[in-house]
Amino acid sequence: MFGKLSLEAIPYHDPIVMLAVIGSIALGLVIMGLISYFHKWHYLWTEWLTSLDHKKIGIMYIILALVMMLRGLSDAVMLRSQQAIAMGSAGYLPPDHFNQVFSAHGTMMIIFVAMPFLTGLVNIVVPLQLGARDVAYPFLNSISFWLTASGAMLVMVSLGVGEFSKAGWSGYAPLTELQYSPGTGVDYWLWSLQIAGIGSLLTSVNFLVTILKMRAPGMTLMRMPIFVWTTLCTSVLMLFSFPVLTVALAMVTLDRYLGMHFFSNDFGGNMMMYANLFWIWGHPEVYIVVLPAFGIYSEVSATFSSKRLFGYTSMVYATAAIMVLSFSVWVHHFFTMGASPNVNIFFGITTMIIAVPTGVKIFNWLFTMYRGRVRFTTPMLWTLGFITTFAIGGMTGVLLAAPPADFVLHNSLFLVAHFHNVLIPGALFGYLAGYAYWFPKAIGFALDEKWGRRSFWSWIIGFYLAFIPLYILGFMGMPRRMAHYDNPAWQPLLIIAAAGTMLIMFGVLCQIIQLVVSIRARHSHRDLTGDLWDGRTLEWATASPPPVYNFATVPVVHDIDAFTDMKEKGTAYTRPDHFEDIHMPKNSACGLISGMLTLVFGFAMIWYIWWLAIASALGMLITIIIRANDDESHYTIPAAEVEAMENKRLHDMLAAAGTAR
Amino acid sequence: MTTKTMITDATTAEIWEEHDIAGNQSLGFWLYLMSDLVLFGAIFATYAVLGHNYAGGPTGRELFNLPMVFAETLLLLVSSATFGLVMIYMHQGKRDWVLGWMAVTFLLGLGFVVMEVHEFHTLISEGNGPDRSAFLSAFFTLVGTHGAHVASGLIWMAVMFVQVIGKGFTLPVQSRLMRLSMFWHFLDIVWVAVFTIVYLMSFV
Repeated sequence: MFGKLSLEAIPYHDPIVMLAVIGSIALGLVIMGLISYFHKWHYLWTEWLTSLDHKKIGIMYIILALVMMLRGLSDAVMLRSQQAIAMGSAGYLPPDHFNQVFSAHGTMMIIFVAMPFLTGLVNIVVPLQLGARDVAYPFLNSISFWLTASGAMLVMVSLGVGEFSKAGWSGYAPLTELQYSPGTGVDYWLWSLQIAGIGSLLTSVNFLVTILKMRAPGMTLMRMPIFVWTTLCTSVLMLFSFPVLTVALAMVTLDRYLGMHFFSNDFGGNMMMYANLFWIWGHPEVYIVVLPAFGIYSEVSATFSSKRLFGYTSMVYATAAIMVLSFSVWVHHFFTMGASPNVNIFFGITTMIIAVPTGVKIFNWLFTMYRGRVRFTTPMLWTLGFITTFAIGGMTGVLLAAPPADFVLHNSLFLVAHFHNVLIPGALFGYLAGYAYWFPKAIGFALDEKWGRRSFWSWIIGFYLAFIPLYILGFMGMPRRMAHYDNPAWQPLLIIAAAGTMLIMFGVLCQIIQLVVSIRARHSHRDLTGDLWDGRTLEWATASPPPVYNFATVPVVHDIDAFTDMKEKGTAYTRPDHFEDIHMPKNSACGLISGMLTLVFGFAMIWYIWWLAIASALGMLITIIIRANDDESHYTIPAAEVEAMENKRLHDMLAAAGTAR
Repeated sequence: MTTKTMITDATTAEIWEEHDIAGNQSLGFWLYLMSDLVLFGAIFATYAVLGHNYAGGPTGRELFNLPMVFAETLLLLVSSATFGLVMIYMHQGKRDWVLGWMAVTFLLGLGFVVMEVHEFHTLISEGNGPDRSAFLSAFFTLVGTHGAHVASGLIWMAVMFVQVIGKGFTLPVQSRLMRLSMFWHFLDIVWVAVFTIVYLMSFV
């Protein structure tokens, strides 16, 4: 009846896990209690959970990413504190648990923090920057979100029911085969990645069509904001790389569930085929998470230097070059596979070449700031922190690209230091810059600068403390993923690294405080102009937060910095003569329902509850067919209502200008 | 601030408003098909790597019944042509012809799936299932993935029967038929590659 599931699946013998489970459940109950107390269920359902508004879906993505980041970060603190004390002793995490923690940390940070964070920012900003009223497929957007969310929930469930994978986030075969990992951990990893991956694939189709087909009149491809360009290239990467992940994971699944022999030791399986398939997705994935952050840095450095971005065209070509090259470097993740030197040289050289367009970008940002009137706001601080820190990470990457050096350094802490050194500044700092930059646009009031600066400095100092020691430890020969060790020379550096992680934790705490402080001071931080930063692109041409239809009349674009151009010509705030009816997509619960059914399906597959898996799969199919039969999916906002909303905005703006004067 | 007319180019704004929804949908579907092609590409690549790892088990030459597979191939190729007729009659607005040719296409597709299930069943009952060797794992996965696509195409076609009868040729229904036709022809092309690389090549 319940497959492999029994009460023994709950790890009640492990106090650390049980504490986390009880904490999560308690927090969930408190939140649900508060929602009930304030009678907000209806509001939550109609305004958020079933909404097809790209801005609201974007905000939900970012909330998901921030919540998952807290869990990924707790994992990091556990790993670092374990290694700080586990010299010659067992520490406090048994190896079994330690392995789950590092696997969960990697999986969550990439799939459930970086991916939803960037998708959220893209959702909020790209349609606004295009001058569009929505994305091409609003309903598909909701499905994508709920698939990602159900993948994330599956990882959370693994905490309390069963276990998570112990095979690392990349899940190398044959360790993930049933023979070597008989528990449910690998199955949780497989299904959560698979479900979230399909969500990402659908997102990429959505944004490719949105960008290619829904640009405002006058916005040629070479007038698109850089963030839109990076989103375009990221979407291409997702479209072509995620199917390979789907295949790799499906083959591991078939090996485990039907006893096939893709990656097994015996019966002709080839485990290196898995490594190849995984990294054919995995390396483009690195650029999937990094490119949008590069776009954010471009927007931020131009806005806060009050200058046009230096070298727009070269930036576009550099982005496109990275997009193409990122498919030609995957073997550098396993130079030690045993391929011939010629193969390794090819992939070593392509890896070094990809550093060139990245270098071009660094110089573009520097020259954008050169002789600009730079305003040192929080987003700008993240950008400066990125440029300096990322340069170091990039250089160690070029070092690792040389196969002979890689043979010595691979699987050591040097590698761990390197990829954190590119991904934290290269992706996360960018998202945090974007979060601070677009928060007033999405929500309507600005974030507190003081706590933002405190967070930045804690993060950046904590980063260097946490990761520079790992480079040194790598040179000293310390391998990655060690639960305990007996070399006393390593311990002082590991203690410094743990202290750095604590400082990063403090930085995140500052961000939580920043959010609370800003919400309490929202009335004084309110942005009535819609253009808080003196922005250059179209998202700043509408109100903050934008009305559901984004733009009452569709803007016409004459320049790369479309909104700056309008402000210079004095056409930025003109009220149109007449308004027209606007058609917008109706809410739909089908996205939420199919996401939840997918969650049930994943859970049922993990625990071998076949009847439930079949039932939920049928449920998904029926939900989609019902939705496909609904051709009345739009509603109309009458012109008069649009006019009233726009008049109110102009009134508020004038009032704000009056107070300012 | 005065109430001046915004400088809008009426014609371009109208073009923007009148965004061709069906056009957007077919572009999105093309993109999806491209990603599906990558999916098949990855499975083909795996088959190319593992296709000779028989692990002491049977080879393709010993297992495959080429005349049967050729008949299967014909069913699918003809079904692609009949779906072409569906689209021609759809543009002429002839509902009964559309339903008729779609029924023929459905039966041909169903015949293909049934023959494939029969082939799988025979192999498994003779002890040559996907757990026998890496070659057979790759074979069942590649052919099975294609078969699963055809089966979902059949479900989609069944839904379109109901929609054509219930809704008539509204714009959304036409757009869906258009995309189903793209999907169906796509599966045909993939099958040509499967037939060549999996079946014919094992007799070379």
